[in-house]
Parts: sequence; structure tokens; C-alpha cells
Amino acid sequence: MKPIYLDNNATSQVAPEVLEAMLPFLQEFYGNPSSMHTFGGQVGRKVREAREQVANILGAAPDEIIFTSCGTESDNTAIRSALATNPGKRHIVTTRVEHPAVLSLAARLGQEGYRATEIPVDAEGRLNMEQYAKSLSPDTAIVSMMWANNETGVIFPVEEAATLAHNRGILFHTDAVQAVGKIPIDLRRNCIDMLSLSGHKLHAPKGVGALYVRKGTRFSPFLVGGHQEKGRRGGTENVPSIIALGLACDLAARKMTLENTVVKDLRDKLENALLTKVPRCRVNGDRNQRLPNTSNISFEFVEGEAILLRLDEYAICASSGSACTSGSLQPSHVLRAMGVPFTMAHGSIRFSLSIYNTDKEIDAVIDTMPAIIENLRAMSPYWEVGDVICAGVES
Amino acid sequence: MWEYTDKVKEHFLKPRNVGEVENPDGVATVGSLACGDALKLTFKLDENGRITDARFKTFGCASAIASASALTEIIKGMTVEEAAKVTNQDIANFLGGLPDEKMHCSVMGREALEAAIANYRGEPGPMEEGKIICECFGVTEEEIARVVRENNLRTIEEVTNYTKAGGGCGGCHEAIQEIIDRVRGEGKAVTRPKLSNIQKIKMIEETIDREIRPLLQQDGGDLELIDVVGNRVMVATRGACASCAASQLTMKQVVEAKLRELVWPELEVEEVSQ
Repeated sequence: MKPIYLDNNATSQVAPEVLEAMLPFLQEFYGNPSSMHTFGGQVGRKVREAREQVANILGAAPDEIIFTSCGTESDNTAIRSALATNPGKRHIVTTRVEHPAVLSLAARLGQEGYRATEIPVDAEGRLNMEQYAKSLSPDTAIVSMMWANNETGVIFPVEEAATLAHNRGILFHTDAVQAVGKIPIDLRRNCIDMLSLSGHKLHAPKGVGALYVRKGTRFSPFLVGGHQEKGRRGGTENVPSIIALGLACDLAARKMTLENTVVKDLRDKLENALLTKVPRCRVNGDRNQRLPNTSNISFEFVEGEAILLRLDEYAICASSGSACTSGSLQPSHVLRAMGVPFTMAHGSIRFSLSIYNTDKEIDAVIDTMPAIIENLRAMSPYWEVGDVICAGVES
Repeated sequence: MWEYTDKVKEHFLKPRNVGEVENPDGVATVGSLACGDALKLTFKLDENGRITDARFKTFGCASAIASASALTEIIKGMTVEEAAKVTNQDIANFLGGLPDEKMHCSVMGREALEAAIANYRGEPGPMEEGKIICECFGVTEEEIARVVRENNLRTIEEVTNYTKAGGGCGGCHEAIQEIIDRVRGEGKAVTRPKLSNIQKIKMIEETIDREIRPLLQQDGGDLELIDVVGNRVMVATRGACASCAASQLTMKQVVEAKLRELVWPELEVEEVSQ
């Protein structure tokens, strides 16, 4: 059964054109770009082209782009660099809904003697900007704020936040892993200092990412080694994947309108149909300030893993914020930060679409979901047809 | 993500005995929406005191649904006395095993059964009293002691897998460890299989490298294994340990204690100069 893949925020397929562009560099053109000979040097030229392509989708200059292995590495590099280049400052500001790449690092930094402030969000997943402004202090080395949330798709006002940080002499980094390729980004229009992106979220392979560092920003490398990336990130370049990333950025830039029209329409169709056909469910996150491809819906009185495994029978792929699927025993920290009640958090499903999804696929999901929810509710001690029993609900 | 057995998948996709028995002889609900797991069990007895019908309703994941389905299949046909002896391990075994992190689903099944039987007998619920150890998930001392005993658990992680206790804020980890130590301390001594000389020496080497040297290195010290003769482990101190007044204490309280715990209880550590 061909999968109906609606989990693109987790990872996305490698675009066929991108795979084709990569292959020669896994076969005959295996040279090291740093080598003197033509065999290696010609590869170096291709890496430069890829760098330009990545710079273009961000509105940046090629020498502001550092290739990394992933979004997590980019995040770690940016934050540690800010701390290293501001030795007097021990404070970082971030949000409660960041990806673990940032939050786990913040926790680790806490153990290393730094302080982290996590700005809360409201019930719609929107940042409390007043509290953000208040949190900026002379001791703050960096703000790290995601451009768009991976679970709900909610978009943060990072450009405004960056200006506020700058007015206080504080560096601003954004984890834009979910935003790049989905919404237009132009770094000439703001003062963001550093930005992380990840290849496998925009139809490049896993294992490659990039970090943008604005010209003039003091920088301290994380991965120290050879002279690659102008001494900013050691390690022989992952040539095939870098070339893939470049082309993927190029394609994403061309398809940006599609993403914000066709894909958005499919997402809206799916979301509205489910909200209409299935009782007692709701969308998590601000539906207006949101990525065009993401829909996070909570279904009351049923549990996320059970829903996903039932969908799996139809090869429909999605993910959930429930405790059982989180890897810990708590439901998603994002939903908890939004104050989504446990009764809803355990039954949340995230659908994240891409340009490869079709109308027919969405129809199939619309046809399948209501019955699955109904079936699981019939098994639930909290659901009675026509009348809801809330026995044993702890509020 | 989870490696589910075919039996678990079957009982999840096609669960048996979903619903509620009318005019049940025993009924109980355990868990809560907040926890992400809840199970309502009902059963009916015939004139001989045998369970003729048992049904369940579950709010929970595939393991929770499969465990409840399995439970109802297991107890049908049993007397109440027989059913009272069903353990969470029986439920997991019926399903061909559950992933470690999902064992608490089988425990929930057993809890529901106990509560339903108590309900039938007109007794108070078995898990209702007791000191709460884990505030995040409302798990009592009794419950933890019981799973440790019945499932031969050794670590806090295992306790979390079986009860969720300790899986939230982590504030109760020390208390859980105390319960583990207490429960494992009572009852028969753990019988260790005899180690051959070569096995013993290898284990001593590994334990020293993995467990002991890192601790000493943190303080600038180190240890070198010189020889093992019978149960005598001869070591030489290095680095900061070599000139430390407390090294005798370290030998006994850290090195010897760890080797006795992890390798063989009769080992004796001697410091030699080399």
C-alpha cells in the first residue's frame, strides 16, 4: 500500500530531482572539495553553487551560510557561539515551546552555570511579547526563538522580537527549521543574527543542514577541525547532501506560492472536514498565524497512539502529542505550555502536508478518520453515544 | 516505533469483549483521562461463581486496549478466587510480551481486576490507601513494592515502566530506590551463579573500567588493576589517589563495595605499591 504521507514536519521525501542531482557525487565525483587537483576542485565549485542556492532562499549572501549536519547542530552552534563570544553574559532567553534541540541545550547550559528564561505562550500558542521584552537584560547573551512551531505550525513574530533584542545589544537566533521552504523569508528585511535550517524538512536528505550567520557577527565554532567552511565548521563537507540541499532550496523557492495556496487549501479542506464530521474536537494553535501545511487537532476521549495505529492500517502517516507517543510519560510539552487540558492533549493528532499530497489522498483521510474516532470512542469509558460521561475526570 | 507482537496488534485491531456487562456482579474503573490511561472492567458470574461474561472499556494506547482485551479473555470461565490470582505478567505473557515501557498497561489491567473483585466482595479498593510516593502519577508505596516483588524489578527505570512512577518530575526517584532496596532485601538471598576464574577477572576488569575509574578520574585520581588471586583483588592507586590520605577509605567504601555488589560478594580489595 502506498503511504498517504501526512507527517512532513517529522521528515519529508527527497524530491526526485534532488536525488538525481546527488547521485553523480555518490558515484564518480567523489573528490574532496579542499583538494588541489581538478578532480576535487570541480566538486568545490558545485558546493559553492549550492551555497548560493541556500543563500537565495533566505535573502542572504553566500558567505553567510555555514553547512552543518542538521538543524540540531545549527542550533547548538549558534547558541554556544553567542555564549562564547559574550563571556560576561550568562543569560539566554528562549520559549517554552522550542524544539528539544534548543530546550535540552538550555537545560544542559543550566547545569553549566548559565540561566535560561523560557517565555510562555497563551492558549493559542502565541508568545507573550510583554514578558519577552521584560526578560531581556544586560546579562542576556542571546535570544533563541523558533520561527514556526513544529507541532502546531504557529508562527512567531521573530522579526519584531529580533529588533527588540537588538535595541538591547542582544544577539537573536531563530530555529527556522520548520519555516524555511514553507513561508517566505528575507533576511535583508530584519536584523536576525543567526538562523538554523534543516535539509530533511524541505525534501533534501537527512543529515544536512545550514546555519546562517549575519556578516559582522562575532562567531565561535562548535565543531573544530580542518579549515572547511572558512574555519567555522570542521569536517569534510557532506558533498552529495550539500548539493541536494542547494537544489532543494531552489525548488522550494520556486514552489513557495504552491505551498501557500494549493497545499494550504488541502490542509484547510482536511481540517474543516474533520471539524465538521467529528464531534468534540478542536484545532490546537492560532489558525491565522500558522504554517500553511500544518493541522494539529485534538479528539476528546480517545488516545493518540491508538488513532495513529488505526490510521497505519490504511498507510496514513501522521503523528501525535500524546504521552504514549512522546517517548516520555508526559504529553507534548508544546500542548502543555498552551494549557491544552490533558483530556485533549492525549488525543491530539498532527497532520503536516507537502506539495506531494493530492486531493484524492486528503479525501481518503477525510473518509477514514471519522469512523476510526467513532470506533475508539465506542471503546472509551468516557464516551456515551449522544451523551458524554465524564467519569473520573481529574481537572 | 513500538515493536508490538502479532498478538498485541490483533487484540488492538480486533479487541474481544468491548463494552459493559448489564447488571454486573463486579465493576471498577481505574486510571484517568489526565493520566492518558483508563480502564473500566465489568463481569458477571453464573450460579457456580464462575465468570461467564467480562467486558472492558479503555481509554488508552494499543497496549492498553490489547491488555484489557487479553484480561477479559483470561478471566472468562475462572472462579473469582482463580481470577484473583491473575498477575500483570500473565496478561503480558498472553500477548506474547509487551515493550518494557508499556508494562504499566498490564499492571493497570491487574489493578482493574482487583478493584472489580473487591467491588463484588463489598470490600474497599486495594490500592486506595497507602502513602503516595509519586505525586505526578498518584502511585502509592504499596503499588511500587508490589510490582517490584511480583516482577523482580531492579531499577527505577523498570519501576517507571511498570507504574509510571518517577516518569514525571523525577522528585520521587530516591524514594523509589529505597522501596526497591527494601523489597529486594527481604525474602531469599539472590542466588548468584558461580563464576569461573576467568569470568571473575574479566568482570572485575570491566567493572573497574566502567564504574570505578571514572569516579576517581573526576577527582584527578585513578586506579590500576595489578592482579587477582582467588578473592583478593590487588590494585594500585594512581594520580591524586596515590598521595591521598583517604585512599584507604576509598578502597574499602568505593572500590571494594562496588566490586562486591557487581561482581562477587566475597571479594577483598588490597592496595599494593607498583
